[in-house]
Amino acid sequence: MAEVDIKNFNLNFGPQHPAAHGVLRLVMELDGEIVERLDPHIGLLHRGTEKLIEHKTYLQALPYFDRLDYSAPVNQEHAWALAIERLLGCEVPLRAQYIRVLISELNRISNHILNTTSHVMDVGGMTPLLWGFEEREKILVFNERVSGSRLHMAYFRPGGVHQDLPRGFAEDLLAFVENLPRVLDDIERLIVGNRIFKQRNVDIGVVSAEDAMAWGFSGPMLRGSGVAWDLRKSQSYEVYDRLDFDVVIGNHGDCYDRFVVRLEEMRQSIRIIKQCLRDMPEGPVLTLDAKVAPPRRGEMKRSMEALIHHFKLYTEGFHVPEGEIYAAVEAPKGEFGVYLVADGSNKPYRCKIRAPGFAHLQAMDFMSRGHMLADVPAVLGSQDIVFGEVDR
Amino acid sequence: MSDTTETATQGAVTGPLEALATHITAKIGDAIVEHSLAARELTLRTTPDRIIDLLTFLRDDPQCLFVQLMDVCGVDWPERAERFDVVYHLLSLKKNLRVRVKVRVDERTAVPSAVPVFPSAGWFEREAWDMYGIMFADHPDLRRILTDYGFQGFPLRKDFPLTGYVEVRYDEERKRVVYEPVRLTQEFRRFDFMSPWEGAQYILPGDEKASKG
Repeated sequence: MAEVDIKNFNLNFGPQHPAAHGVLRLVMELDGEIVERLDPHIGLLHRGTEKLIEHKTYLQALPYFDRLDYSAPVNQEHAWALAIERLLGCEVPLRAQYIRVLISELNRISNHILNTTSHVMDVGGMTPLLWGFEEREKILVFNERVSGSRLHMAYFRPGGVHQDLPRGFAEDLLAFVENLPRVLDDIERLIVGNRIFKQRNVDIGVVSAEDAMAWGFSGPMLRGSGVAWDLRKSQSYEVYDRLDFDVVIGNHGDCYDRFVVRLEEMRQSIRIIKQCLRDMPEGPVLTLDAKVAPPRRGEMKRSMEALIHHFKLYTEGFHVPEGEIYAAVEAPKGEFGVYLVADGSNKPYRCKIRAPGFAHLQAMDFMSRGHMLADVPAVLGSQDIVFGEVDR
Repeated sequence: MSDTTETATQGAVTGPLEALATHITAKIGDAIVEHSLAARELTLRTTPDRIIDLLTFLRDDPQCLFVQLMDVCGVDWPERAERFDVVYHLLSLKKNLRVRVKVRVDERTAVPSAVPVFPSAGWFEREAWDMYGIMFADHPDLRRILTDYGFQGFPLRKDFPLTGYVEVRYDEERKRVVYEPVRLTQEFRRFDFMSPWEGAQYILPGDEKASKG
């Protein structure tokens, strides 16, 4: 038989595909079932957030951060609030710091539930998603109780948090986190030792520690490769330095390790939440500096000064002194950073959002080369990609 | 955080940064135009032709070990002759420090790409090209990344309008998405927040009569 010229097969994956975790278009060059080259096309959810922020006051820009990584909204707001506070030199009351940590960790759990269980679904297991989402739903109800909205919370404000915890919140949350490990145990028993799950994930998408660092990985992606790096520990912000928790690391840097790291991180978050509920002092939840934070509602109804401040803050907003800052937090997906350039006016001059998913997705090509086509969803699932933050 | 811990962490953070700044200027000072220490962050400024040397030095020097490039972005200062800043944010996991490196560049000059030093620079530089039109020399794949296929212009430049130039809609007759020039149904609202008592540049209506008499 004459030799035939075998061409590689080009496959277009997405932009509308349930395993793409949003609007990702992957152009893949396949040799049989082996991925030779993979080119992610992103930007299908680009909304020009950075441009919009330049045209809004600092407070008006805050809700845009909820809409980046919409599975853990407050962690983004946190970076924004920290950037402004550092430029202003504004001090956050201790209770507000505890509340921020508490709500951040709650959202970390919610994010990891979403990611781990949908990762299991990507490789063929339906059940944990249903179990996990029942718990996630309860977390969203807690979000709603504390801020008024389930997802786009706009809760962390420059100078603290918007409202104090409602009555009965602490007790209910404690009951919830006491019960949560049982559900996690169920998921773990079903998945972690599961033969099919292991076949699909062990030794898939292996990233060495050197590669992980060179590609700018952060969060569970970096820790899954065995680098013990957590901004909550190493560049501690808020009250994380007073809390006792462990940095979870993996050994092999494959999809399976990253999955297990996330599962264990949820347990660490539960530890943090319990400590926060135990140690949280009484006191104000928003800075008392009337030039930054609006007055409390009750005060506003009685005091003319307070009313003027309220009006000025919600029309003109506060002015941030000239300067630049890079504030980063350990968001559930990795290092979420805000590079803020202020020119002394009431609007940011430039706000660059450093999303962890952007750097992770960039490495998609190098992580899936030489793997089978069916491994691509597993790699993608283990990267924890949300397009809100990748495309911005 | 209380006052005492604040100053304590400040000392703990700026001390190593000062030492780092002196170390870097001693070793590769000819590549550094200026350096500043503000808000507990070290900023180095260099020139486009030395940026690769500086990044390589920062990555490999045993006292720096900035092995992670966290971010590359552009900043637009249209009134400057070299209108763009390219800002690199580096992170050292060993030393637990961050450093910011800046390069000034105009629209026509290209910055050497940092991809050979840090593979993660690839997409960040594509984004800077997409958003600002900053060129990167020897970049392996300098395509647009976030904007639409066939997009024209550089949206994050200060002279690019917030509304953009074109809008899209689905045309029922032609059965496809069509691009049209932006039509605003309402005048774009631009508020002036400068207080008239703090050096506003305009004259309030009626005020011109005051100087006449």
